[in-house]
Amino acid sequence: MSAMRGDGGGGHAGGFGVGHHHDFGDDALTRFDTGVVRRLFGFVRPYRRILAGALLAVALATTVQVSIPLTVRYAVDSAVGHSEFPLPAVLVGFALLIILNGVLGYLQESIAARLAQRVIFDLRRAMFAHLQDVSLSFLDQTQVGRLMARLQSDVNALQEFMENSVSAIGDFFLLLGIIAVLLWMDLRLGLLTLTVLPVLVLVRAIWIPWARPKFRRAREASSSANAALAENINGIRTVQENRREAVNFDRYRVRARENLDAQIASSRASQIMVPAVDILTGVAMGIVVIVGGDKVLTGELGVGVMVAYIFYVQRFFDPIRTLSMQYTTMQSAMAAGHRIFDVLDVPVAIYDKPAAITLKDQEPSIEFRQVTFGYRPGQPVLHDVSLWVEPYQTVALVGPTGSGKTSLTALTHRFYDVWQGSVLVGGVDVRDVTLDSLGHTISMVLQEPFLFSGMIFDNIRYGVPGASREDVIAAAKAVSAHDFIVRMPEGYDTLLGQRGRNLSIGQRQLLSFARALLADPKILILDEATANIDSFTERDIQQALKKLLKGRTSLVIAHRLATIRDADLIVVLDHGRIVEQGSHAQLLAKGGLYARLHASSHGSFDDL
Amino acid sequence: MSATPHQSSATNLDLDLSKLNLKAMPRVLGRLTRLSFRYPWQWFFALSCAIASAIFNLITPRLLGRAVDQAHHLLLDGHTHPEETRAAFLQLTPRLFGEATQQAYQLIIDGHAHSASPRAALLATALMIVVACALRGTLTGLQGYWGEVVAQRVGYDLRLAFFEKLQRLSFGFHDVNHSGDLIARGMLDLEGVRAFLESGFLRAVVLLLLVSFGAWRLLSMDVNLGLIALSFVPFVAWRATRMGLLLRLSWQRLQQLMSDLTLTMEENLQGIRVVRAFASKNLELAKFDQTAQSALRLANRRITIRMGSMSMMNAAYYTAMGLVLWIGGQRVSQGVMTVGTLTEFLTFMTLLQQPIRQVGMIVNSSSRATSAGSRLFEVLDAVPTIEDDTNARDWVPGAGVLRFEAVDFAYDRRPGGRKILSGISFEVGPGKTLGIVGPPGSGKSTLAHLIPRFYDVTGGKITLDGQDIRSVTLDSLRRAVGLVQQEIFLFDVSVHDNVAYAEPWAEEQRVVEAASIAQIHDHVAGLPDGYGTRVGERGVALSGGQRQRMSIARGLLAGRAIMVLDDSTAAIDTATEQRVRSSLRTAVSNRGTIIIAHRLSSLLHADEILVLDEGRIIQRGTHAELLREGGNYADLWALQNRTDSHTPTTTRLRANPILEVA
Repeated sequence: MSAMRGDGGGGHAGGFGVGHHHDFGDDALTRFDTGVVRRLFGFVRPYRRILAGALLAVALATTVQVSIPLTVRYAVDSAVGHSEFPLPAVLVGFALLIILNGVLGYLQESIAARLAQRVIFDLRRAMFAHLQDVSLSFLDQTQVGRLMARLQSDVNALQEFMENSVSAIGDFFLLLGIIAVLLWMDLRLGLLTLTVLPVLVLVRAIWIPWARPKFRRAREASSSANAALAENINGIRTVQENRREAVNFDRYRVRARENLDAQIASSRASQIMVPAVDILTGVAMGIVVIVGGDKVLTGELGVGVMVAYIFYVQRFFDPIRTLSMQYTTMQSAMAAGHRIFDVLDVPVAIYDKPAAITLKDQEPSIEFRQVTFGYRPGQPVLHDVSLWVEPYQTVALVGPTGSGKTSLTALTHRFYDVWQGSVLVGGVDVRDVTLDSLGHTISMVLQEPFLFSGMIFDNIRYGVPGASREDVIAAAKAVSAHDFIVRMPEGYDTLLGQRGRNLSIGQRQLLSFARALLADPKILILDEATANIDSFTERDIQQALKKLLKGRTSLVIAHRLATIRDADLIVVLDHGRIVEQGSHAQLLAKGGLYARLHASSHGSFDDL
Repeated sequence: MSATPHQSSATNLDLDLSKLNLKAMPRVLGRLTRLSFRYPWQWFFALSCAIASAIFNLITPRLLGRAVDQAHHLLLDGHTHPEETRAAFLQLTPRLFGEATQQAYQLIIDGHAHSASPRAALLATALMIVVACALRGTLTGLQGYWGEVVAQRVGYDLRLAFFEKLQRLSFGFHDVNHSGDLIARGMLDLEGVRAFLESGFLRAVVLLLLVSFGAWRLLSMDVNLGLIALSFVPFVAWRATRMGLLLRLSWQRLQQLMSDLTLTMEENLQGIRVVRAFASKNLELAKFDQTAQSALRLANRRITIRMGSMSMMNAAYYTAMGLVLWIGGQRVSQGVMTVGTLTEFLTFMTLLQQPIRQVGMIVNSSSRATSAGSRLFEVLDAVPTIEDDTNARDWVPGAGVLRFEAVDFAYDRRPGGRKILSGISFEVGPGKTLGIVGPPGSGKSTLAHLIPRFYDVTGGKITLDGQDIRSVTLDSLRRAVGLVQQEIFLFDVSVHDNVAYAEPWAEEQRVVEAASIAQIHDHVAGLPDGYGTRVGERGVALSGGQRQRMSIARGLLAGRAIMVLDDSTAAIDTATEQRVRSSLRTAVSNRGTIIIAHRLSSLLHADEILVLDEGRIIQRGTHAELLREGGNYADLWALQNRTDSHTPTTTRLRANPILEVA
C-alpha cells in the first residue's frame, strides 16, 4: 500500500514517479474541492456521451457481477431440488451472464480508461498551450522546475485519480448491489451480516488519521534520500575533486537509514489493516453460518441462499478497501488540480486584437512614442522614452546595467505591453498587428543562445521549419558556422545534447546567428554576448555579425567597442531614459555619459 | 525537431516480446534472491507466514463447505420442527459454547462432528471460521510486513553499495554514463528490484502452494470435477504471463515517450524567448502533439491489452465455474455429491481466481526486476579504473614542485585511440605561474584533469615533489591540488558549506578569507543570511561571475601545494578579475599556479606560457619572448588587441571591452 505499486496495473505514466512529492503542508487545499471538480468536469464535458456510456457500462457490469453468485444460489437450490428453476435453465442463465460479464467488463474499463487518458491529454495540452501565451512576466517569475512539476507530477496525480475514479465508481455500484441483494434475499440475515460494515468503516476512520503521518514520513524520507543521491551524482566530479566521498557517504547513510525505518514503519501501519479486515470477514461469515444455518434448519432459507451469502461476504470488503484508498489519491489530486488550474488561470495579457493587421510590406522602421513601462506596478523602468529608428539603420543601445536596454528590445517584439505611449513597427502600433506577423518581421539573437535538443539542421531552420538543406547550409556558411558543423560526427544531422551542451558557447552563438539569418527578418534584435567566447571563435563571430546586420533594421545591445563604433546611431540609456544619442565621434566630443563610459578604465559597455 | 533515435523507436507501437531480455532472468533474479538471504531470519518469517496463511486460506472453503453440509444434512435428517428446535436451542445456549468447543475439538481430532447438537456444530464451525480468518489475516499481514522488511533492508544495502560505488568510479565512467541515467538507476531500478523482493517472489511461492494443494484437494475429492474446476488455471496463467510481458514492454516504451515529452516541454519553457521571438507556437505545439499523441495511443494500447486479457481470463474462469455447477449440480441432485462439497469446489475456485490473475503481476514484476537488476549490477560490478595502488603511501609535502615528464594521454586507452595530449613536459615550482593557451579542443582542460589524477596518463609520468602521482593515495594527492573549474557545481547547502566543500570542518575565518580573496565576500555578506544563505537548486541564484568566484574560493581552501585555474575567470568582469588576480597572487605566493585562459591579458605575468594545439606544445616562453618570436601567440595577441591599437598601455588594454569577451 505504501510504496508498492506495480507498474503493470495502473497506467501511471510519468518520468520519475517514485519521488513525486507534493506539499501536503496546506491541508485546506487538499480537501475535496467542488471548484476543482467542476473545472475538471469542464474537460470531461466534450466527451460527456462517452462518459454516459462508461457509466452505463459500469452499472450494467456491476449488475451482472452481482447476479453471478445469485445464479450460483439457484443452481445449488435446484441441485438439491428446492428451486422453482430447473438446473439447465439456471445454467443457461449463468452462461449468458458470463458472456455479458466479459463484454461489459471490457467495455466498462476500456471506455472509462480511454476517457481518462484523453482528458489528461487535453489537460496537459491546454496547460502547455496556455503557457505559450501567458505573459513573459509570469514566466520570468516562475521557475521552470516548478512549472514542469505541474505539467508532470500534478497532471499524473490527476490521471491516477481519474483512472481510480472509474474503478471506484464500479466498486461503489458493486457495494450497493451486494447490499441490495443481501437484503433482498433475506432482510434479517442481510442486516445482521451488514453490521460488520459500519465496524469496518469505523476501524478505517480511526486507522487513516493514525497511519497517514507514517505514510507521509515514508514518502518524504524516500524523496529526501533520492534527492541526496541525485545531487551527489550530478556533482560527482566536485565530490571526487574535493575528496568528500567519506563525509557524503556517512550523510547519505543517515538518510538511507531514516528511509529504511520510515518505510518499515509505514509497512507496519498498512499491514495492520489486513488482519482487521480478515477478522471482520470471518465474523461476517460466522454470522452467515450461525444465523443462516439456523434459518436453513428452520426451513426459512434455502441452502442456496446460504451459499450465495458466503460468496457475497467474500467480495464486499474489496470495494470498501479500494474506496478508502481512493480517498487518499483524491486528496493529492485536489491539491494537484488546484495548482494546475492556477496555471490555467494566469491571464493572457498579450493577444491579437480582433482586427489585427498583418505586417507585410511596411518599411521596417521602429518608433517609440513617449513610452513608459515597467515590470512591477509603481516601478517603471522606462520613462517617457521616444526614439526613431530609420529603416535599415543599425542602432547600438549602450548604458549601465538596469538602464532599460533589454526592456526596449522586448517592447519592440511586444513581449510586454507598454504602460503609456506606443511602440510602432513599420509605422503601425505593435498592438494592432498580429503577433505572428510581428514574429516573422523581427528576429532576436539572445545573449545566451538557446538551442533545442535535436539536429543542428533543425535548430538552424527553427524559424523557417520548411527550409531546404541548401538554404540552411548557405546560412551556416554565411556566418562561418559551416566549417565546425561539418567537422562534427554527423555534420548537420548531429544531434545536440540538451541545450546544445556538446558545443562551445561561441559555436552556439554562431548557430543562433545562422538561425536568425535564415529567418531573414526585416528587423533584427541582437543582444551581444559579453563573455565566455574564446578568442578563436570570436574572430568568426565578428565577421558573421557584419553579414547579419547588413540590409536590415537592427537594435543591438552592444558590448563590443567595434560593434558600437560601426553603428549608424548610438543611443545611450541611463535609469530608463535616453540621455544621449549620436555617432561615436559626436558623443565623444560631447563629453557626456558615453565619453565617461568610454574613458573610465573600469566602466565598460557591458552589464555584468 | 526532437526526433531523437529513442523517440522514433518508441513511436513504433509494435510490441515485440523478444525485446525483453528474458534470458537474463534466472541469473539476475537468482542474484537478487541471494541478496535477500542475507536476512535469513526475516526471510524465514516471511516465508513461513506466507505458507501458513496459504494453509488457512485453504481451510476456509472446507469449513464453509462443512457448514453448508451441516445445515443441509440436518435439514434432511428432519431436525426441523421450528418451535421444538428453537426451544432446544434456547435451552442449549448457556452450554452451547462449551459444547461448541468440544465439537470443534472433535472436528479437528475425528474429522467430523456429532450431529447430536446441530446448532453447536454450526457454532463450532462458525467459531473456527472466525479463528481461521483471524489467523489468515494476521499471517498475511505478517507476511507482508516481513516481506517488506527483507526487501527494504536489501534495498538499503543496495542503495549504500550503489552510492559508494558511484563515488569510487572514476571520471572515465562518469563521462560515458549520463547522470540522469545513473539517477534513474538509483531511484527507479532500485524501486523495481525492491518491489520484486517484497512481493513478487513470495507471491510466486504462495501461488504455487495454493494451486498445488488445491489441485490435490480437488482431485482427491473428485477427479473429473477437479479437472474441470482447474481447467481455467493453465489458460489464465498463459494469458496472464503474456499480458504481464506485454504490459512491461509497453510500459518501457511509454516511459521513453514520457521522457521525450518532458524534454520537449522543459526546453520549450527554458527557451520560451526563442519560441516567442520566432513566433513558433504552432511548431512547438506540433512537436508536443506528436509525442503526446504517440503516448496517448500507446496508453490506449495498454488498456486494450489489459482489458482484453482480463476479459478472456474472466471468461475462462466463469466457464469453468459454469461447468462445475452443471456437472456438480447434477451429481448433487443424483445424491452422489453433497452440497458442501460443491460449495467447497466453488469457494476454492474463488480463492484461486485472485492469485492466478496475479501471475500477470508476478511476471511483470520479475521482468521489471530483471532489467532493473541488471542495470544496477552493471554499476555495482563496474571496476574503478583509478584507485589507490596497493602499496600507495600518503603524499609527503615538499616544496611543491609539479612536473610533467613526456606525458601522453588518450581517453580511449586501446592502441590506436586518438591522442589528446602528446609529449607534454613542464615544471611549476612554488611561487611560479604557468600559463596555458590554445584553441578549443587543444587539450587544455584535459591537462588540468590529469593533475588530481582524474584520469591516468597513457605515457610518461606526472610527479609532485618527486613522487609519481600514481604511487600516492588519491586522498592525499587531491588534498594537495586546488582545481578551479570553468563551471562550479553548487550543492543545495549554505554558502559556507559550498566554499568549505573540501574541508567541511574549516573554521569560519578561513572560509571568509578564501571568499575575500575571490572577491565574493562582499556579495555574500549582503545575502539574507550571509554565509548561512542557501545556494544551489533551491537557494538564491548567483550570476555566472559570482559562481566562478565561489569556485575560486572553494579551490583556494582546498589546494595546499598547487593551484590550477581552468579558464575560471571568463565570466567575471574585467575590473573584478583584476582584483581577484592581484589578491590571488599574494595568497598563493608560496604555491605553484597553473592558469588556463582565453584572455591572453590574464597571462601577462606568467613565468612561462605554453601554447597548445591538438595536444602538443607548439610554442613556449614568457609573454615577451612569445611576442618577439611571432607565430600563433603573437597572432592571437594581435587579434585580441586589434580594435583598440590606439590605446597602447596595459591598463587600457585590460579595460578594453573586447578583451572581456575574449
